[in-house]
Formats: sequence, structure tokens, C-alpha cells
Amino acid sequence: MTVGLLAAILSGFVLAVVAPKLYGVARGCSGWLLALLPLGLAVYFASRGQLVASGNVLQEGYSWVPALGVSLSFRLDGLSQLFALLITGVGALILVYTGGYMAGHPQLGRLYAFLLLFMGSMLGLVLSDNLLGLFVFWELTSISSYLLIGFNHERSEARAAALQALLITGGGGLALLAGLLLLGQVGGSMEISELVKQADHLRTHSLYVPILLLILAGAFTKSAQFPFHFWLPGAMEAPTPVSGYLHSATMVKAGIYLMARLSPALGGTDTWFWCVTVVGGTTMLLGAWLALLQSDLKRILAYSTVSALGTLTLFLGLGGTLMIQAAMAYLLGHALYKGALFLVAGTLDHETGTRDSDRLGGLFRAMPITAVAAGVAALSMAGVAPLLGFLSKELSYEAALHAPAAAWIAAGVVTANILLVAVAGVAGLRPFLGKFIPTPKPAHEAPPSLWLGPIVLAGLSIAWGGWPALGADALVSAASTSVLGEPIDTHLKLWHGLNLALALSAATLVGGVLVYAVRSPLRRIVSGLEGIGRWGPAGWYALALQALNAVADGQTRLLQSGYLRYYLMIVFVTTTGLAGATLFARGRLVQLGDWSGLHFYDVGLVVLIMLATVATVFAKSRLAAIAALGVVGYGVALIFVLFGAPDVAMTQFLVETLTVILFVLVFYHLRETPALSGPISRGRDALIAAAVGVLMTTFVLVAADLQYHPPISSEFVERSVREAHGRNLVNVILVDFRGLDTLGEISVLAVAGIGVYALLKLRVGKKAPAADEANASHENDLSEAKPITKSVVTREGEDS
Amino acid sequence: MNSLILRVATRFMLPLLLLFSIFLLLRGHNEPGGGFSGGLVAASAFVLYGFAFGVSEAKWALGVDPRGLIGAGLLTALGSGCLGLLIGQPLMTGLWGEWDLPAFGKLHVGTPLLFDVGVYLVVVGVTVSIIFPLAEE
Repeated sequence: MTVGLLAAILSGFVLAVVAPKLYGVARGCSGWLLALLPLGLAVYFASRGQLVASGNVLQEGYSWVPALGVSLSFRLDGLSQLFALLITGVGALILVYTGGYMAGHPQLGRLYAFLLLFMGSMLGLVLSDNLLGLFVFWELTSISSYLLIGFNHERSEARAAALQALLITGGGGLALLAGLLLLGQVGGSMEISELVKQADHLRTHSLYVPILLLILAGAFTKSAQFPFHFWLPGAMEAPTPVSGYLHSATMVKAGIYLMARLSPALGGTDTWFWCVTVVGGTTMLLGAWLALLQSDLKRILAYSTVSALGTLTLFLGLGGTLMIQAAMAYLLGHALYKGALFLVAGTLDHETGTRDSDRLGGLFRAMPITAVAAGVAALSMAGVAPLLGFLSKELSYEAALHAPAAAWIAAGVVTANILLVAVAGVAGLRPFLGKFIPTPKPAHEAPPSLWLGPIVLAGLSIAWGGWPALGADALVSAASTSVLGEPIDTHLKLWHGLNLALALSAATLVGGVLVYAVRSPLRRIVSGLEGIGRWGPAGWYALALQALNAVADGQTRLLQSGYLRYYLMIVFVTTTGLAGATLFARGRLVQLGDWSGLHFYDVGLVVLIMLATVATVFAKSRLAAIAALGVVGYGVALIFVLFGAPDVAMTQFLVETLTVILFVLVFYHLRETPALSGPISRGRDALIAAAVGVLMTTFVLVAADLQYHPPISSEFVERSVREAHGRNLVNVILVDFRGLDTLGEISVLAVAGIGVYALLKLRVGKKAPAADEANASHENDLSEAKPITKSVVTREGEDS
Repeated sequence: MNSLILRVATRFMLPLLLLFSIFLLLRGHNEPGGGFSGGLVAASAFVLYGFAFGVSEAKWALGVDPRGLIGAGLLTALGSGCLGLLIGQPLMTGLWGEWDLPAFGKLHVGTPLLFDVGVYLVVVGVTVSIIFPLAEE
């Protein structure tokens, strides 16, 4: 067994820990150094290509919680390999880019750490074979995304966007957890590779629909599908390298990964088809339309990413050999051009001081290298031959024309692509062409760390577009093979001959250019209708968040009053209400047993306890009340003695003694106050007290009367000496049979003791001066006030 | 509290009470007693001493920081439970041994006693660290 996959995942986490230190030492070149790890990992995953291409998998497993069937099992197949290469390859470029983009930022070390943390989580996600392992990494990506979006944590917008992304993906994560657990229960295994073999059983099971909907809820939230799409544009608050990494190439595709991974087990049914295609298609069209209406480069790219994710979802929903290949090719092409465009947007922002597409133009002369990279990426996005984007679009048109309801699907895909051609023009070409527009900062070419990423990604778009056999074919074939479960040999081709797909491609370009031309008037018209946006999903989210806060506020005000008496009241009333209701509904009439065995001293003791209770309640002074309460406690201890529980009695005596001491000490510190509560609140308290008393009495009687199971005490008695070597059953239970409980109890005791100590010391150490001051000022007020009144009085007296 | 009778009595009571608390702790497994009640007796002894001679004197008599006792107690209890792990048994498995001591006869001890010592220390530590600060002023 190899340890390669686990080591690959863990290396990201380890490097995340040391990255801030490394940044402290290496400063400027730390980005280049850190990029070596993902680069090495990319080489490692690529070197497994031969193995994976032949349909084999690399598998390793470690037992984790064997009792629950949880294991850390990892699996590298074609689909995982495609994602792992994107994660590590783009990751290396992003780290280099981050070093240049954020140079000099005081918290750059932390950003590196978050990025590497994310990389490790994402690798774990795509390599896990165990559902629970996958879920843990899934949640880790949500958390690291939260940290990355909120990186500029002084901005309230960044914090709100980070929280929004976390709440939406985290909420989806909860649904996903439920779905995965159900899936594991129904399928009888938590290993995806096992579940895939039981596809027929899963699809016909009565729980299939709930499982599917829950898992899709997780995938849709993560991959920003309608109506959850709005968190992705919001997440553009993150530094641009983060947006380029998480929100275009990797994390948002986790949902796509999950759907592709589970489609052999769950796909192919009508429910799957309708849910996934309708949501995917809506997202595809909505994202492309909204992208066209933005002017901020990052938001344009974010919405076009939403559209691309919708397209991928649509393809996975449709399924079938051609569609899956188209999806994998589209995934690869999109990651390359979108990553490049994001980085270019960041570079433009960095070098010119704005990323508003209306204020950028004619920058080719100033930044030629960036412009070339951006141009290639934009043309790939528009689907211009001979770039990879063209090849993947040809394949997707081909697949759409063979899909069920081909006319509808093809029309939808073509419409979205027409809009995206115009978007590509706005995002990648317009800033560099046309008339030069003066920018806030004098524009100049970016340093190598900033243009390296876009150039490499654009170069790959060219290389794989012209010569797909250099690797793109293999990647897409292997990934499709894993999803479809049968050997697939994809050949991406530049020239398919004069067919309908090619005609559609040409029509798309022409349409795109036309849309680009009418883009500005279109935006003016739509901006007049902005009010509609308030009623969209983002508005629902805001309302839901407000409602949640209102509920939290309300229940906090209601329950957390800060008054001990109300806390006690809530506890007592709740307990009495719930337990009493159960007792009333399920209880039986209580036999009061026989009273014959009662001695006169038993009765005397009970009378004493009752008298002492009354004395406690009506005592005039506190000290008397404490003493009377002590009598109650000692009386109860005597009952234990009389009924043969010396252990309990002894402990009760000691606790009672210390309680009285504690009360005396505490009340010594408190000022004597007159009775403040009026007759109404006293009556209410008496009522609650009586209810608790009646309930407890009834409980004791019922508990003594009922015996559902044979008592456990006989077994304890039997095993106490034999196995635990002790004749004192109480002690044996405490230190042996239920030792773990006792360990928990003394831990609670210790925490409570330290807490009380801290409170007392805080009061003495810090509060005291403040209180003294308050008292002092209060006294000053009085001492000033009094003479004045006195003098007034005397003066009046003198006058008269 | 300035009472000669209390002071003289306490001087004799402290060692006796402490001895009694250890007696309770040790016999606990077979007769009434145990770490909890033993710990309460020991804590009461120190509280009594505090009333007679003042808290600072009682702290001196205790000799160690009460919070240290809490930590030591928790570690002892946890450690006694972990001993079983060392020889491949589940957590909290009771291990017993017998020794022949020339004067006393057979000594039969096990990890549950060590666990009870931990309980004893935690109880003393918690009780004293709550009562001493309250009694201080």
C-alpha cells in the first residue's frame, strides 16, 4: 500500500502551518517557494496519468473509527485526477500571483496559510472515497472559503459576504450530511466505490428521492446554482487571487464534482433528470444574462462563472456518453480561460487602480503581455478556433443536438453562449482595445509574478486547442471513463466537417458580436428596473437573516434576563410542565403502599423536616433561614441513615455542613435588604414551588411503584466483589462500573470550581475599585446635596 | 474569629480530621467512605482551620495551591483510567495486584483506588478554592 495520496493531502495542511513563518524569512520570493509544493503535487498526479488512463485506480485506506465504519480511504481515478490537477496546477500559479498581487501586505503570510489550507481540503474532497471523509473535507473548503472571502476583515462588506457564503454553503452542507448518511444507510456502505455497484438498489429504494434532494441541495449551494447563485458574486469581496482560485477554477466546482461522482449511483432517473437539468438550465441562462449587465470586471466574471456552472450541471443532468465528455471538456476549458481572466482582472485593478470595465480601454500598448493573455483567454471563452474553448463548445453543441428534446437544449445552450461571447468581449478584449482611457493610476506592464499565471493558462488553451492529443484528450477520456463506468476514448477535434454544430458555433459568434454592440443601451434600460432585484433570492436571504436575528434577539431577551430568579423560574416551570404532562398522560394511579412498617421516629423526622421547611420560608433573618435549611438537609441525611444508606448519609451530612458555611459566607458579603417582592410575585413563586413539590412527590411514588425492567442492582451486587474486588457497592459503582461518568462529573466540578474562583477573584480584583468609585461619587453627591438643603432650610428658618 | 477554645481544639482536630479523611478514602471500596466523602472531610478540616486562624494561615497549612490540587486530581483520575490502555485493555479497566507485606499481611490494591485519590484531590481543591476567597475578607 502506498501513502502517496494521504501524504499529498496532508502536505498542504502542513505547509499551511509553516507558511506564515516562511513568509517572515523569504518575504518577496515566498510565493515562488510555496508554489513548489502544488507544482510537485501536480507533477505527481500527472505522472499517475498512465495508470489512470487505462481505467485503473489508485486506492489506499486507513481505518479511522472502525466501530462506525468510518475510514480514511482515498481513491485516484480519472475524475479525481482531472480535479486534482486543476487544484494543484492552478494553485501553484495562484500562489505565485498572490506573492506579486499582495506584495507588502502585512497579513500576506496568513493569506498563504488560508490558500494552502483550502488546497489541502479541496484535494481531500476530490480524493476521498468515504462519504464521511468527503463531507469533512467539503466543510473544510467552506470554512477556508469563509476565511478567504473575509480576508479584508476590516471591511464590513467582506465580513457580510463571507458570512453569506458560509451560511449558504454551510446550510447546504447540513443537507448534504443528512443525504450522505441516508445514502450510506440504504447502500450499506460509506465507500463511494461500493455504492456505485448498487445503483439499481439505490434508485428503486423508497428513500431515493429524499437522498437525491438532500445531496443536490448540498451540490447546488456549493456550486452557486439558482436560487443560491447570489453568494458567488458577493464572494468577489475576496482578494482577486482568491476569487480566481476558489470561485472560478476549484471550490465552486466541488458541487459539480459531487454530482459527477455520484451520478453513476444516483443519476439516470426522471427525478434526477428534471431537478438537475431545470436548475442547471435556469442558472446557465440567468448567469449569462446577469453577467452582461455588470460593469465591475470581477462581478462580470463571477456571473459568467455562475452560467458556466449551470451549463455543467445541465450536462450532468442530461447524462449520456456525449454529454459527460462535453461536460469534462467544458470543465477543463472553462478552468483555464476563467482562471486567466480573473487574474487579468486583478492585474488591471492592481496596475490601473480600477476594475470598472467602463473606465478601461486601449491598454494594449501599456500592458502587452497581460493583453495577449487576456485576449487568448477571452477568445477561448467566446469559442474561437483553434482554442480549447472552441473544441469544448463544438463537443457540447454536438452533445446537445443528440440530447432528448434537442431543440430546446441546443437553443438554451446557444443563447447562453451568445451572451457569454459578448461578456468575453467586455471582460477580456475591451480593456485593451480601442481608444485609451486615462486610468486612476498610470498604467504599466505588471511584474512577471502577475503575468505568469494568465500566460501559462492562455498558453494551455492554445496548446490543447491545437494539439488536444498532448494531454487534454487523455484527461477528458479518463474523467469520462470514471463517471460513465465504461472505457471512453475522447478525441477532441478542430475540424468535424461542415455540420450543424459548426454552423451553430458560427451563429454564436455573430450573435455575440451583435449583443456586444447593443450591450450599453440594454444596460441602460435594465438599470431602470433595478427594483426587481430586491425580490430575488438575495432579498429572500436578507429577509431570512433578519428573521433569524429577530428570533435570536427575542428568545435571548425572553430567556436570558440576567436575573437568577427568572432563570430558576424558567427551569422549574419547564421541568414541571414537561415532566408533569408526561406523567399525566402516561402515568397510572399510584398505590400508596402500606404504612405498617413505620416507626414513631420516622414520622417525627418527617414532621421536623416539614417544620424546618416552613421556618426557612418564613424566617425573618437570613441567618435563621440558612440554619433552618441546614435542619432540612440534616433531616434528609437522617432518613438515609434510617433506611440503611450510610454512604449517602455521610456525604449528605458533609455537603450540608459545607453548604451552610458557604451560604453564611456569601450572605455575609451581601447587604441586608428588605423584602422587595410584592404579594403577587410571592403568590406566583408559592404556586411554582407547590407545583414542583407535588410533581417530585408524585414522581417518587410512581418511581417506587413502577418497575419496567428487572433492577440492575442484583447484577451489580453479584459482580461487585467478583469482578471489582469491592464490597461497598456505592463506591464500586462510582469508581469502577460507572467510572467514566465519575470522571466526567469531577471534570465538571473542576470547571465549576475554577469558574467560581475566577468570578470571586474578578470581583475582588477588578470590580472592587469601580464599585468603590461609584460608592464614593454617590457619597459625594449626598454630602454635597445635604449641606445645600440644610442651608436652604436654615436660611428659610432665619428669614421667618 | 478570635476564640481560644476553637483555636486549641482546631490544633488537635486538623491532623485527626485529615487522618480520618484518608481512612475514609482507603476503606471506601469495602466500607462506607470513598474519595468524595474523604475529600469533603479534608476540605472541612481546612475550612475549620481557616475559621480559627484566618485564611492565610489555612493556606499555609494546606501547603499547595488549591487549583493545583484540582489539576493533579483530574490527571490522577484520568491517568488511572489510562493505565489499562498501556497493556491493551479498554480505557478505565480496573487493574488489581496483591503484595505480601511482612507486618500487615496481604495488600490488595488496584487502579480504582488511584481513581478515588483523584476524586479526593479534586473535591478538596474545588471546595477550598470556592470557600477560601469568600472567607478571605
